[in-house]
Amino acid sequence: MSGELLKPPAIVPYRGPSAAQWGMLAFLLSEVAFFSTLIMVYLVFLGADTQEGGRGGPTPAGVLSLGLVIGTTICLLSSSATIHLAERALRRGEETAFRLWWTATIVLGVVFLAGTAYEWRELIAQGLTVRRNLFGTTYYTLVGFHGVHVTVGAIVMSIVLALALRRQVTARNPHGVELVSWYWHFVDGVWVVVFAVVYVVGR
Amino acid sequence: MSVAEQPRVETPPWTATLNEWAATVDHKKIGLLYIGMSVVFLVVAGVEALLMRWQLIVPRNTFLSPQIFNQMFTMHGTTMVFFVGMPILIGIGNFAVPLQIGARDMAFPRLNALGFWVTLFGGLLVYFSFLTGGAPDFGWFAYAPLTEKTFARGPAADLWALGLIVSGIGTVTAAVNFVATILGMRAPGMSLWKIPFFSWTILWTSVQILLALPPLTAALIMVVFDRQLGAHFFDAQTGGSSYLWQHMFWFFGHPEVYILILPGFGMIAEIVPVFSRKVLFGYEFMAAATMAIVFISMGVWAHHMFCVGMNRTLDLYFAGASLLVSIPTGIKMFNWLATMYGGRIWLASPMLFACGFLSMFLIGGLTGIMLAAAPFDFQLSDSYFVVGHFHWVLIGGTLFATFAGLHYWYPKATGRMLSERIARWQFFLLFVGFIVTFGPMHIAGMLGMPRRIYTYDANRGWDIWNQLATVGGLIQAPSYLLFVYNIIASLWKGRPAGDNPWDAWTLEWATTSPPPSYNFEEIPTVHSRRPLWDLRHPDDPDWQYE
Repeated sequence: MSGELLKPPAIVPYRGPSAAQWGMLAFLLSEVAFFSTLIMVYLVFLGADTQEGGRGGPTPAGVLSLGLVIGTTICLLSSSATIHLAERALRRGEETAFRLWWTATIVLGVVFLAGTAYEWRELIAQGLTVRRNLFGTTYYTLVGFHGVHVTVGAIVMSIVLALALRRQVTARNPHGVELVSWYWHFVDGVWVVVFAVVYVVGR
Repeated sequence: MSVAEQPRVETPPWTATLNEWAATVDHKKIGLLYIGMSVVFLVVAGVEALLMRWQLIVPRNTFLSPQIFNQMFTMHGTTMVFFVGMPILIGIGNFAVPLQIGARDMAFPRLNALGFWVTLFGGLLVYFSFLTGGAPDFGWFAYAPLTEKTFARGPAADLWALGLIVSGIGTVTAAVNFVATILGMRAPGMSLWKIPFFSWTILWTSVQILLALPPLTAALIMVVFDRQLGAHFFDAQTGGSSYLWQHMFWFFGHPEVYILILPGFGMIAEIVPVFSRKVLFGYEFMAAATMAIVFISMGVWAHHMFCVGMNRTLDLYFAGASLLVSIPTGIKMFNWLATMYGGRIWLASPMLFACGFLSMFLIGGLTGIMLAAAPFDFQLSDSYFVVGHFHWVLIGGTLFATFAGLHYWYPKATGRMLSERIARWQFFLLFVGFIVTFGPMHIAGMLGMPRRIYTYDANRGWDIWNQLATVGGLIQAPSYLLFVYNIIASLWKGRPAGDNPWDAWTLEWATTSPPPSYNFEEIPTVHSRRPLWDLRHPDDPDWQYE
């Protein structure tokens, strides 16, 4: 090159997801792998109890009733809508509306958990336990781990609510709220699959 | 560039130093903690291996009881995979990745610290089993129903499963952190195709961790449920399936070997160009080959299970898919050689280890192709041939690459050069000892010696191969001690390194050695894959050719 220095091409600024968003996506990818394994195992053992050499005992068709679970499913799915409304309200700076929708989401999540607890009590009364047979083993593991995720979500959302009441979550920092809502949508999405596998296909 | 002697400063009390390291969230310190932990576990697991080799030196030896022998091979395998291999690579990644991509730290520094401590305590939990009446003794892949309450009565199996669950969570947090950092925090101008190659492989290793580790965690949770809650997942007598455990374990276990080798590929792809004074040949092909390896290797796990008796279709599929992996790996091999071809090769210690990697990993890959052929595997599955094969790829591949990387970045991490003389002794002892240990194992395996037996009869023709393997182990042992001595002694005795002792081109060499806690005073702007070259040679920058 003759004396004069070359000028590098202009830099294209990065416009993709933020590091925190990538982090949440990566975490959710690992959760997909985790739940896929549990669902796969549920399907592998479906009907194993009634085969020769199986443990017998309660079957999905025998003990799972749809009435209650449809109710709790409606609760959980509508909580996806309320958390979306909460997030939108926060972005628009409507903090009261945000807190209202956010609280509604937590309540719906807790109602879902209460419904699950009631359902489990009934199932245990009918003799379905982890020990009883493979249906019990796989059912409580799959539905239980989903329930753990709903519980964690409810706890995290309660912490966010406490921060919001102390004016520490506002329209100026909606990013945490956004990530929590991604997680919550994911947990709801997992439930759609679990519902389809356990209560529709598996019954 | 001359570096002035540092003025003597008052030494802080040891409690302050301890607190600084225990509470640190600095990616460089956490990286060094990971490496330190792995080196300690490497020595422990190495001693376990030597004890086994000593037991096998003569037929009908009584040095170790069968019970202890089983505990030794279980703990050796578990330790090497979970508490040496993964943490040392995550540690090197932690240290180098933010520096390479021009970031001030990882995306989530506190999560990073959590990941390290959780990994360490997972390891301690597994080792705690020694104090409860004996370590686990069912092998590192823990085939059901050996892990069930009926066969593993003590708490060892619980501690093993819990320790791996805990450290697995740590590994997943590290992977989340790497993905977030590499995708979201690169220096301005560093588009995806300008990422330094080591960081690129860490990105894809992380993706593979995210896909493969959670299924293992789920499977381990099921083991704990079986043992503690009376569940029936792997209890074949009540309808459970021990075959299912094999599928779940290897769905993790096979990607795991790529988790262990991909960062090694990355380090070799950094070192070979710098010490050949040429750019990496075919960066795009190398990058695409990395992705291809990740995707193909997610679908080859059951080649560990040919002897289980799957059906012919599955055998064919898994054999074919396993053979496919050799294509992208071959691309990498040829590209490294093409990088060296016509280069001005500088055989400093990192390059020496890199050459060791290239030659040895090739052989390990070739025996891998042999084992991927199902009929061949029917003959040699669970024999010493398999032991020889996977040690050839894990030591000849991962370990040689790791030593190359540690020798390459040590000056950056400490500001001191390692002793080249000791490094050369270390290399040649390891190289010779490694071949003498694991070469004969292939032959013993072909003569019918099964793995995991604590002794054998004299008339089998295995004696000489076992004696050679033990002698090889004894040649290797001082090599690791020399390495430990070198990294400690060079902290004081080493020659000052300067910012860029290897005249390399990626951003970690643009800052001081050791780097300040904030890494870069000014975040650099990147125009090519060799930003430091551009900075040094403004008259002939790389970006005009890329």
